Amino acid sequence: MPKIKLSENTVNQIKEVCTEFNNKEGELINVLHKVQKKLGYLPAEVQEVIAKELNASVAKVYGVVTFYSFFSMIPKGEFPISICMGTACYVRGAEQVLSEFKRQLKVEVGESTGDGKFSLNCLRCVGACGLAPVVMVGEKVYGRVAPSQVKEIIKEYQEGCPSGNAKTA
Amino acid sequence: MNDNKKQLRIALRNCGFINPEIIDDYISRDGYMALGKCLTEHTPEETIKEIKDSGLRGRGGGGFPTGLKWEITRKSESDQKYVVCNADEGDPGAFMDRSILEGDPHSVIEAMAICGYCIGADKGLVYIRAEYPLAIERLQIALSQAREYGLLGENIFRSGFNFDIEIRFGAGAFVCGEETALIHSMEGLRGEPTFKPPFPSVSGYLGKPTNVNNVETFANIPAILNKGAAWFSSIGTEKSKGTKVFALAGKINNVGLIEVPMGTTLREVIYEIGGGIRDGKKFKSVQTGGPSGGCLTTDFLDTPIDYDNLIDAGSMMGSGGMIVMDEDDCMVAIAKFYLEFTLEESCGKCSPCRIGNKRLHEILDKITSGRGEFQDIERLQLLSQVIKDTSLCGLGQTSPNPVLSTIANFEDEYLAHVNEGKCPAGQCKALLKYEIIEDLCTGCTLCFRNCPVGAISGERRQPHYIDQSLCIKCGVCYEKCKFNAITLS
Repeated sequence: MPKIKLSENTVNQIKEVCTEFNNKEGELINVLHKVQKKLGYLPAEVQEVIAKELNASVAKVYGVVTFYSFFSMIPKGEFPISICMGTACYVRGAEQVLSEFKRQLKVEVGESTGDGKFSLNCLRCVGACGLAPVVMVGEKVYGRVAPSQVKEIIKEYQEGCPSGNAKTA
Repeated sequence: MNDNKKQLRIALRNCGFINPEIIDDYISRDGYMALGKCLTEHTPEETIKEIKDSGLRGRGGGGFPTGLKWEITRKSESDQKYVVCNADEGDPGAFMDRSILEGDPHSVIEAMAICGYCIGADKGLVYIRAEYPLAIERLQIALSQAREYGLLGENIFRSGFNFDIEIRFGAGAFVCGEETALIHSMEGLRGEPTFKPPFPSVSGYLGKPTNVNNVETFANIPAILNKGAAWFSSIGTEKSKGTKVFALAGKINNVGLIEVPMGTTLREVIYEIGGGIRDGKKFKSVQTGGPSGGCLTTDFLDTPIDYDNLIDAGSMMGSGGMIVMDEDDCMVAIAKFYLEFTLEESCGKCSPCRIGNKRLHEILDKITSGRGEFQDIERLQLLSQVIKDTSLCGLGQTSPNPVLSTIANFEDEYLAHVNEGKCPAGQCKALLKYEIIEDLCTGCTLCFRNCPVGAISGERRQPHYIDQSLCIKCGVCYEKCKFNAITLS
């Protein structure tokens, strides 16, 4: 992964969050939540700043970030697509929906499209089992999704912003 | 599904009937009455006795008697104790905790305060999944309203009792539903479980005695104290009292949350409340207990549901997910699906779980892709037993359950996979065969031109042929054919 240089502004933002939680090591998970919300993801460089601020080792911060599936070290797409792989969705055909997304977007799970517009992820049960199979794009929930609807869903987000012109995340 | 006679709402008594963002709505339905009575009229010991007498057992899956847990935590001496509400509902297919927190957050707050009074704690923590933003928002609103009304904070009901609640966020780790892992996660660490004893009731959050209960367990407490232990224990079976909320999902007509008295049979749940199987298909199995549970067959349809009966049947109560499967579901693939879940969620601390489950998954993958041998079934059983016996925490000890229960109940399906190379449900792709029906094939060459591996041959206007040794079962020919000349067998 190429090394990125954080701007001074970003570093200050991270420091601010740490101070908010009194730079306490025990608040690490809360700090990570808040920083990820601000920056979108938690690359190694960000983790280094957090470790220093909380007086913890970088290894510990990295250990926590990689342990929990909610934290991501790669940037998400502008429209993150999440497919629920809970049991209820699975038995109602979530796998076929997932492979259709993979086929349409030409990405694997955990990757983003080249233009940074979409990223594809699986998640474990959003608790909407009555609507299985469920797909989430950003915060919007699509229920009872059939593979044939996948193209339409993607199109909804491509419109108004022709491909090629999409901004890079 | 609310009007069904078979159902009885205790934990869900207020969900859908009150506005969860207005505390007065909750109070008008006897809300905070139990807390008031406890603080002003009863000693902690009396309250604990009432909970013990009611026979309430932990609704998170373990089924440990709640009153006993409170008593043990009360007896642990310390300057500081904690009440923790486990709202890390990670079991895929279960969403009762989310519904309670979204629909009736005050019942959990009230119960946590009662628990604090009983065990001698002035601080409560709710550990909730970050994936539940609405539940978090409603809980935050409820907490600030309770503080405003003096139902949280200092000197509650002028009794001298202080109590307040903080929210802690999970970050997507199934194993954090295990209490020791949950506590480590709240401390900002990786959510890895540790050996018990010491139990959290002796040494938990920050090394202090901590009482951990599940959301649904807490939601039952105010109702028990208002209506009495005798009322509660009159519902249910001999060893499992009260009701249980189940999340009914899968191939069933009515999906959603239900609450039934313990001892209701699976048949009543699936056919009377759930309205039977979708599309008139045949019932095959019901999976209870999530990734730690098992698959039950028609033989168990008339078994009364309670903690002990489900364990005897090779499954477990778990948090109450209930996934119904029909004849189109392959049980080997289902076992593999659960193993995939466990693999991803195993914290990796102990080797039986980390490595053992990986091996189980490999064997299942081998079987579903048509390379299975007869001995593999025995290997699965042996390895499963070792994992069960030697894993550190509940996740590992129960992870082979889906494998063992599917072998026990659907051995013929495993045998069909390994002996005949067939998947009876027609789900395992590698075992399927795409073939061209000569009579229907017009020789349009569409399939021939689209096959990505060149497995199809034939002359124009003559029936084509698929070379099975080259076919990768991608299904393109099946999709492209305009004459329905390609079959799956």
